[in-house]
Amino acid sequence: MSLLEIEKLKLDIGGTPILKGIDLAIEKGQVMGLVGESGSGKSMTALAIMRLMPHAAKASGRLTFDGIDILASSEEAMCRLRGDDIGMVFQEPMTALNPVKTIGEQVAEGIRWHTGANRADAEARARQILDRVGLPEAKFPLTRYPHELSGGQRQRVVIAIACALKPKLLIADEPTTALDVVLQKQILELLKDLVDEQKMGLLLISHDLAVVADMADRVTIMRHGEVMEDGETARTLTEQVHPYTRQLAEASMHVPDRPHTTAASSTAENLLEIRNVSRDYPGRRVSLFQKGEPFRAVNDVSFSLKPGQSVALVGRSGCGKSTLARMILALDHPTSGDIRFMGESLIGKDETALRPFRRNMQVVFQDPYGSFNPRHKVERLVSEPLHLLDEAPSPTARREMVAAALHEVGLKPSDMEKYPHEFSGGQRQRISIARAIITRPKLIVADEPVSALDVSIRAQVLDLFADLNQRLGVAYLFITHDLTVARAITDEVMVMHDGKMVEEGGTGDILDHPKSDAARALVDAAPDLHRAIARRLQEQG
Amino acid sequence: MTAFLLKRLLIGLATLLVASMVVFGVMEVLPGDPALLMLGMNASPDALEALRQQMGLNDPVVIRYLHWIGGLAMGDFGRSYTYSSPVIELIGERAAVSLPLALMSLALSTLIAIPVGLYAASRRGRLPDTLAMGTAQIGVAIPNFWFALLLIYVFAVWLRLVPAGGFPGWGAGIWPGIKSLILPAVALALPQAAILARVTRSALLEVLGEDYIRTARAKGMPRRTVLWRHALRNAMIPVLTILGLQFAFLLAGTIIIENVFYLPGLGRLIFQAITQRDLIVVEGVVMLLVATVVVVNLLVDLAYAVVDPRLRVRT
Repeated sequence: MSLLEIEKLKLDIGGTPILKGIDLAIEKGQVMGLVGESGSGKSMTALAIMRLMPHAAKASGRLTFDGIDILASSEEAMCRLRGDDIGMVFQEPMTALNPVKTIGEQVAEGIRWHTGANRADAEARARQILDRVGLPEAKFPLTRYPHELSGGQRQRVVIAIACALKPKLLIADEPTTALDVVLQKQILELLKDLVDEQKMGLLLISHDLAVVADMADRVTIMRHGEVMEDGETARTLTEQVHPYTRQLAEASMHVPDRPHTTAASSTAENLLEIRNVSRDYPGRRVSLFQKGEPFRAVNDVSFSLKPGQSVALVGRSGCGKSTLARMILALDHPTSGDIRFMGESLIGKDETALRPFRRNMQVVFQDPYGSFNPRHKVERLVSEPLHLLDEAPSPTARREMVAAALHEVGLKPSDMEKYPHEFSGGQRQRISIARAIITRPKLIVADEPVSALDVSIRAQVLDLFADLNQRLGVAYLFITHDLTVARAITDEVMVMHDGKMVEEGGTGDILDHPKSDAARALVDAAPDLHRAIARRLQEQG
Repeated sequence: MTAFLLKRLLIGLATLLVASMVVFGVMEVLPGDPALLMLGMNASPDALEALRQQMGLNDPVVIRYLHWIGGLAMGDFGRSYTYSSPVIELIGERAAVSLPLALMSLALSTLIAIPVGLYAASRRGRLPDTLAMGTAQIGVAIPNFWFALLLIYVFAVWLRLVPAGGFPGWGAGIWPGIKSLILPAVALALPQAAILARVTRSALLEVLGEDYIRTARAKGMPRRTVLWRHALRNAMIPVLTILGLQFAFLLAGTIIIENVFYLPGLGRLIFQAITQRDLIVVEGVVMLLVATVVVVNLLVDLAYAVVDPRLRVRT
């Protein structure tokens, strides 16, 4: 008998079917990868195993864990299972911990609840497991609060909570999606070690095929609440019997066509020039009369960008790449150094003087959901940057410009009458690209523009970026921690680390032969589907 | 922490200083001659002039302001024009009624509101929630003096458990004093509790949607335990804010209730002082209230830090 057996699991919320007959089984000590795009029902499957679905959810079918019928169990019985025999790790480490309780309290709480141990014993066990997940006592005493920890460290605490009582099954729902690649690798390795040590079954939910290929013994591929294919990992991902599996694999390695690179125009004037730019943030006051040491977020960075060039700025979270981007967009001022755009310095210019420059540089943000006012129609959203023009266009001209921009990004002109919620995630990112190109800018700064998107949509959006670069000659500065994006769409890569530019050069050179430690760490940690499958096949002989 | 407290104290003092200027300035602009008020309409011009001279009313504005503020700093609030006793004594007598009344009704409203808020939030959208919040809606809408009349009728007139009004003074003993404050405290507390219960409920519901609540549930703790251990403390920030505002109101905004129960409190003192142009009393009471608000705000800020470690100042 398997540890977890799911047969024909159906679940609907208010009459809308979410799961349409899922079959899935996990053996003791096995790692099962559950892959699918957003809305495929992965997370709902996990919540159903914990029986923590939303109130309105109705489930039917068979779901047994260790011989216990989960769907028929009482709430008390489920409380005994949760946190003891089944542990769960969530996607967003920044919000998964209670901000007003210490990490010691939060780890010890579950131990006390299930074992009835006294406070001292529970804290001793909490200490052990925190040491195990890489949070040693010297630096991370039990009295630390979550806000004193970074995202990666908080995820370790969440893992400690989930694994404190050596569960038989661990469910990890996108445990590394919110982390940068280097942290992702560390957390995945930690999970793998814990699973091996404690002989746990692991249900690893991810949208990233490469991560799953690296970790899982078997994969289950879901779409629209149904299982498309399941089987042994390497075989499933190499043979790609099911067309959807192939589609996913292709999309996740997609490289857009870019027939002519812009390297030829290297004789042109620099479009953007960054000279010795630094940015200090004031440190926390040491006392009433003494200021703290300032924190240097960006440290003496210089680079330049030619018209039509596509450059990636990569680095781990907190390396200063977003601060640099804000300064380029003149949303923040450098402490020292100069930023020149189209031959003129942006430093010290007031908003009126900046207008002609703002018109020529636009921005695309990571989250297509959060960057629109939900109460405005697309016409108004896309035409927002038009106030930067010297003369406000007439309403008819405005509509024509919006229609043209929408056409450019592959949407219909009639879409301008709709509201953002009527579009899918990928379409919304198209709208934000339309908004960015409506003033015909020379530079687009894109801050993680595809990391919130599913692989197939992400492939389409990357195609769109490539196409606009080819047709309109717009230059890109891509800010990302995802090297596959850099590889797909840029000619050059710059690597930032601790506020400094540590390496720059051709994209292929750097990604294949990184020289600096920071670049090498990024490249080594980046999940790669080919490599992962090759290694799996080799292990199997 | 000391640096934080010191800074907050300085800001508080600056607030008081600005408030004193505004209060003094407004009283300066308002019509009404204290000397005329004290001596009556038939006083001779000579006697008026002599009194003005004696009270320092003929001095330039700045001198009078400095004199007043200097006195305040020394604890000398001046002498009432109508009662001819020191203002500080008047305030002391009245605060001996108003302060216990405010504290009692605040305690009462908290004791009612937080359990009701918790109960409603734990049964969101179900009958108990609808009933509790419907009652709270009525409580917010009905003025407190109406409750006061109802309470007097039931508990004083009908059941004869407590006096219908008046205050025997603390000299008559603790229990008779408290007994005469019970009904006004309840009348004041009910509408406040209604507001507070609604705030508690909505703050809790917001917190219950947070990721860390799901983490706590995944540890195996039942819904109710999670509500107490994880949700309540996180929901306290808006509740504390409302509590701070309510205390300031309860201390002096209770003129109607004091009149209904015939209590000699600060509210009636300031009301009488205004109608009688006893400006020095008005100024004194207003300054006292400003000081109370400053202190309460400081306490609320400190309470925030106790509740939420992210708001603690690291030193």
